[in-house]
Amino acid sequence: MSERALRVLLPVVVLALVLAGWQATADFNQIPPYILPAPSLIFSTLILDGALLTHSLWVTLVTTFEGFLLAAVGGIGLAILFSQSRLIEYSLYPYAIILQVTPIVAIAPLLLIYLPQPLAVLACAWIVAFFPVLANTTLGLNSVDHNLIALFELYKASRWQMLWNLKLPAALPQMLAGLRIAGGLSLIGAVVAEIAAGSAGAGSGLAYRIAESGYRLNIPRMFAALLLLSLAGVAIFFALSALSHLVLRRWHESALKRER
Amino acid sequence: MNVRPHAIVALRKVGKTFDSGTVALRGFDLAVSDGEFVSLLGPSGCGKSTALRVVAGLSEASEGAVEWPGAADGAADSIGFVFQEPTLMPWADVSANVRLPLKLAHVDELQARAAVAQTLARVGLADFAGAYPRELSGGMKMRTSIARALVTEPQLLLLDEPFAALDEITRFKLNNELLALWQQRHRTVIFVTHSVFESVYLSQRIVVMTPRPGRVFTEIAVDAPYPRDEAFRTSVEYAGICRLASEALSKAMAERGP
Repeated sequence: MSERALRVLLPVVVLALVLAGWQATADFNQIPPYILPAPSLIFSTLILDGALLTHSLWVTLVTTFEGFLLAAVGGIGLAILFSQSRLIEYSLYPYAIILQVTPIVAIAPLLLIYLPQPLAVLACAWIVAFFPVLANTTLGLNSVDHNLIALFELYKASRWQMLWNLKLPAALPQMLAGLRIAGGLSLIGAVVAEIAAGSAGAGSGLAYRIAESGYRLNIPRMFAALLLLSLAGVAIFFALSALSHLVLRRWHESALKRER
Repeated sequence: MNVRPHAIVALRKVGKTFDSGTVALRGFDLAVSDGEFVSLLGPSGCGKSTALRVVAGLSEASEGAVEWPGAADGAADSIGFVFQEPTLMPWADVSANVRLPLKLAHVDELQARAAVAQTLARVGLADFAGAYPRELSGGMKMRTSIARALVTEPQLLLLDEPFAALDEITRFKLNNELLALWQQRHRTVIFVTHSVFESVYLSQRIVVMTPRPGRVFTEIAVDAPYPRDEAFRTSVEYAGICRLASEALSKAMAERGP
C-alpha cells in the first residue's frame, strides 16, 4: 500500500475504533447522556441544532479571521519596521514579548471591561496570534544571505528595493510558518475571550455555546460545538499549509519532495 | 603619485582592520591596468577576498586609498562581482536572477530582457532561463552568477574564488569559458584564487600575497599568448610558471608581516 494511502487510512481506522468503543461503552453501560453522550447522540444533536451551531461557528470564524488578518498585518508590519530601525526594535520588542507571555486567559477579563465585547474578543484573537508572525518574520528578515545583501549594495539598491526585492522574499518561508501558527492561535484567542465573556451572555460564538450548554447540562451540544471547533481549527491549519505550499513550491526545500 | 595613466584602479597602502582586531591587510599596493587579467594568489585567510571587497566598495579601507584614475568622479563606474558561492536568489528563476542588476538600476523592461537573453546565450544558459537555482548543477549556478555580473557590461569584473567549490572538469570548462568571455570584450578582471594552476592558466599577472596581514609579496608575469587552451595547460612553459608561482607562494607563506 502506498505511503499516502496509509497516511489517510490509518487515522480513519483509529477514529472508527475509538468511536465504536465509545458507542459500545455508552450503550452497554447505559451511561446517561448528561455524563457521557454516545457519538450517535452527538451526531444527531449536531444535525438537530445545526442552524444554531452553524450560526455560532460563523460568528467565531469571523472573529478568528479578523484577528488573524490583524495579526498578519500587525506582525509583518512591525517586523518590517523593526528591520528598518534598530531603535524602534529595541524600544518595542520587550513589550511584544510581555504581551505574548502573559496568559491570554488572564488578560481577557480586563479587555472585556474596557472594550465592547466583540472588540474585546477580536483583541484577544489578535494578541495571541500576532507574536508568532512578528517573531518569525523578524527572524526571516534578519537571516538574509549576507552576500546577497552585499550584491544589492554593490548595485546601489535603495532601502525600498532591498526590502521588496530581497528581504521580504527571503523571509517568506519563516513568515508563512508564523502565519500557520497564528491561524490556530487566533482561533484559540477568540475562544478564550468568548468563554471569559460567556457569563455576560451577549456573545453567540461557538465557545459561548459551549459555556452556555455547560450551565444547562446540555452535554451533547457541548460535544457537538467542540467537534465543530476542532474541525474549524483543522480546516484553518490545512488552508494555511496549502497557501504556504503554493507560494513556496517552486523554490523552498520545505515544499519540495525529496527524490531518492 | 605614480599612477600609470591607463590604470583603472589603484590601491595605495591599503590597510584593513576588522572590529574584532584582526588585521586582514596592511600596506597593500596594487594597480590594475585597463583590460588586464590579474590574479590574487595566496593561502586561505590571507586577505585576498578582503582586498577584492575593498575594491568593490563593499568594505571600507581602514588606511590608505582606493583610486579610480579613469573615472570622472573618482569612484567606480561599473563593477561586476562574483562570489565564492553562486549567491542566487532561490525564489527567482535564472533570467530574473540575471536581470536583477538592471532591475535595481531601473533599466527599461524591454532593454533589460534583451540584455538578459544575450548574456544568457553568452554563458550557454539560454535554455535554462526559466529554471530555478535549485534545479541547476553547481557549474550552471556559477554560470548564472557570472551572467548576472556581466549583464551590466561592467568595466571591471571581480571574481572571488568563484570555482573553488566545483569539480575539476567543471572548473576547467568554466576557466576556458571565462577566458573566452574576457577575450571577446577585454574587460578588466581581478580574479582571487588559492590555486596556483588556475592563476597561471588564466592570468597575465599573478600577485602573490603573504598570510595575514595580507600584502603583496611578489608579482609574476605570465607572458604566454592567448587564446590559451588545453595545449597550454599541458605545456612545459605552463609547468615552469606553475613551479615558479608555487615557490613564490611557499616563500610568501613563510613570510610574516612586519
